[in-house]
Amino acid sequence: MTAPLLSIKGLQASVAGKPILRGVDLEVRAGEVHAIMGPNGSGKSTLAQVLAGRESFEVSGGSVLYQGRDLLALAPEERAREGVFLAFQYPVEIPGVSNVYLLKAAVNAVRKHRGLAPLDAIDFLKLVREKAKLVEMGEEFLQRSVNEGFSGGEKKRNEVLQMAMLDPKLAILDETDSGLDIDALRVVANGVNAMRGPERAMVLVTHYQRLLDYVVPDHVHVLAHGRIVRSAGRELALELEERGYGWIEAQAA
Amino acid sequence: MSEQAHAAFVADFGRRAAELPGGGTSWVERMRRLALEQFAASGFPSRHEEDWKYTNVEPLARHRFEAPARPAAVSAQQVAALGFGADVREHLLVFVDGHFAPELSRPGALPGGASATSLAQVLSREPARLEPYLAGAMPSGAFGALNTAFAAEGAFVHVPRGVALEAPVRLLYLSASADAVTHPRTVLVLEDGAQASVIEQYAGGDGIVYFSNAVTQALLGANSSLTHYKLQQEGDRAFHVAAIGLRQGRDSRFVSHSLALGASLARTDIGVRLEASGCECALNGLYLAGGSQLTDHHTRIDHLQPQGRSREFYRGILDGRSRGVFAGSVVVHPDAQKTDAHLANHNLLLSRGAEADTKPQLEIYADDVKCAHGATVGQLDEEMLFYLRSRGIPAELGGALLTYAFAQDVVGRIAHAPLRARMADILIARLPEGRLIRENA
Ligand SMILES: Nc1ncnc2c1ncn2[C@@H]1O[C@H](COP(=O)(O)OP(=O)(O)OP(=O)(O)O)[C@@H](O)[C@H]1O
Ligand SMILES: [Mg+2]
Repeated sequence: MTAPLLSIKGLQASVAGKPILRGVDLEVRAGEVHAIMGPNGSGKSTLAQVLAGRESFEVSGGSVLYQGRDLLALAPEERAREGVFLAFQYPVEIPGVSNVYLLKAAVNAVRKHRGLAPLDAIDFLKLVREKAKLVEMGEEFLQRSVNEGFSGGEKKRNEVLQMAMLDPKLAILDETDSGLDIDALRVVANGVNAMRGPERAMVLVTHYQRLLDYVVPDHVHVLAHGRIVRSAGRELALELEERGYGWIEAQAA
Repeated sequence: MSEQAHAAFVADFGRRAAELPGGGTSWVERMRRLALEQFAASGFPSRHEEDWKYTNVEPLARHRFEAPARPAAVSAQQVAALGFGADVREHLLVFVDGHFAPELSRPGALPGGASATSLAQVLSREPARLEPYLAGAMPSGAFGALNTAFAAEGAFVHVPRGVALEAPVRLLYLSASADAVTHPRTVLVLEDGAQASVIEQYAGGDGIVYFSNAVTQALLGANSSLTHYKLQQEGDRAFHVAAIGLRQGRDSRFVSHSLALGASLARTDIGVRLEASGCECALNGLYLAGGSQLTDHHTRIDHLQPQGRSREFYRGILDGRSRGVFAGSVVVHPDAQKTDAHLANHNLLLSRGAEADTKPQLEIYADDVKCAHGATVGQLDEEMLFYLRSRGIPAELGGALLTYAFAQDVVGRIAHAPLRARMADILIARLPEGRLIRENA
């Protein structure tokens, strides 16, 4: 079997002295789709943000290997250039910085890291149009300030657009399905499915079986109280939908 | 404080008053004498005065300045470098060290009997044209009095009833001599229904100590519209003190931009009086300071009559050990019902040593009004920065982008496109790692 793309062992993290992750273990291989579910406040977003390099969380134990390298030693931008992408649960509004500028600077930073020449204006426009179509986003969104005044659903689509532009190896989607109407959910799911491939791994943080009807995961994990307390195949998601988390938390306690 | 310093100005007046343009005209002489008396009585302001709490003018008051008898040599290229492009349409008057420089100016032809002229020319040839605006108008404070006592040169812009200037008038006040003091006086008169935009630009050499003490007064007739830009790009050791006073007539519109970039000490006072009903005014401001610069804005908007609307947006970006001061007050007088006023000041600190003092103030004496104010002092937003970095954008570029975007909130309001573009260039050049913004565009 190939080495895992991502290998998390005993990861502990805290914020403002408060422990949140209490020893997370998780292995993700290229080509796999993992779903992480779990009660509110259990640490799912914390895990996602720690993987992306958010400095306000203090890692107090454990290790994370990505492509065999110490991920935690890298700055957030280096992680992104190495192919880690986080779709934020709450995408940040950045007034005064246009979406298209962000996309261009981001794509070219990644290309530079991969030893490729920056895209010229024409090639960039072609690429961004093609990807915007994938998430059914109008071109007017490109000129607007990043996420500013976007509706909840538009923000989530914008995250998927950024993911598609950056072509990551490991995509972590933190509740990208939350707050979407039925059509938008289908659009986002199609976008995610279009990017599924043997080279790429995906971690979907979600509360709903709905998304997993479209994007069928290989593994489902339950994160509770800062630990992964159960891992199984896709059937676990269905069981959770029916029974909630109480029975697992009781078993894990 | 500094008894000698202000005594030096007073003594200088004794020597020079007779040579000043307009000398021999009794109202001019009287105006100057009264102003000098006022200055002699008050002296320079001290930090005990509330309005000067944060701004210490002692270094200014200690320095011996002299009004240059002749201007230093300035080339056409130097002037061009301060312009906004060779093909920009404008009416340009250039002043060097307090002297009008016709050979560097390009006033062009103004439509409909409008004029933009050297103040000294009008004072000496047809002073009666200025009497209604200058004779009774004593700008407040020591610096205003000092300007009035010595005001010799500046500009008189007059736009007759119903006339609209298409191209802006640009007044370039240049200082090129060490230890020079100038007292530029700008008089803007827009009659009923007139429209104009005026750019006052202050610039000077780096490395020399000099003092610009400017006063601008504007009178807006009914239904007139004035857009005023003050672009302060003084040299790095300069002292710059300026006061702008406005009186607005019925249904007039005033838009002001104060862009403060240079000088070691810069103070701008803006006072707007909405003297009739239905007036609108918008005060926009951006100040950038680094090193040990001090930049200070004091603004006051007086709503005196009903149905006025005022908007004020000031932003400051402070680096190094610089200090930014903003004191903005809006006073809604008892007759000013249905006033709609909004005042905001936001400051971005780029270093630990930088400091911002902000004091937005509303004084409301009418009951049916809509007023709001807000002020913040903060650092780069950590969440925004992380978001950018998580997309592969280097931290330095991310910081530059957020700083640039912060300033663009004010710069984006500049209607004159060539100036807006110039401000964007200045930001790119001035902001830490600003060049990365263009390299990645
Ligand atoms: N900056 C912070 N300061 C204090 N507590 C924090 C901070 N960030 C997160 N927490 C706490 O950490 C815990 C885990 O939060 P996290 O966002 O990871 O949960 P989650 O599993 O993603 O929840 P949800 O399903 O609601 O999105 C919560 O109790 C939260 O309040
Ligand atoms: Mg979460």
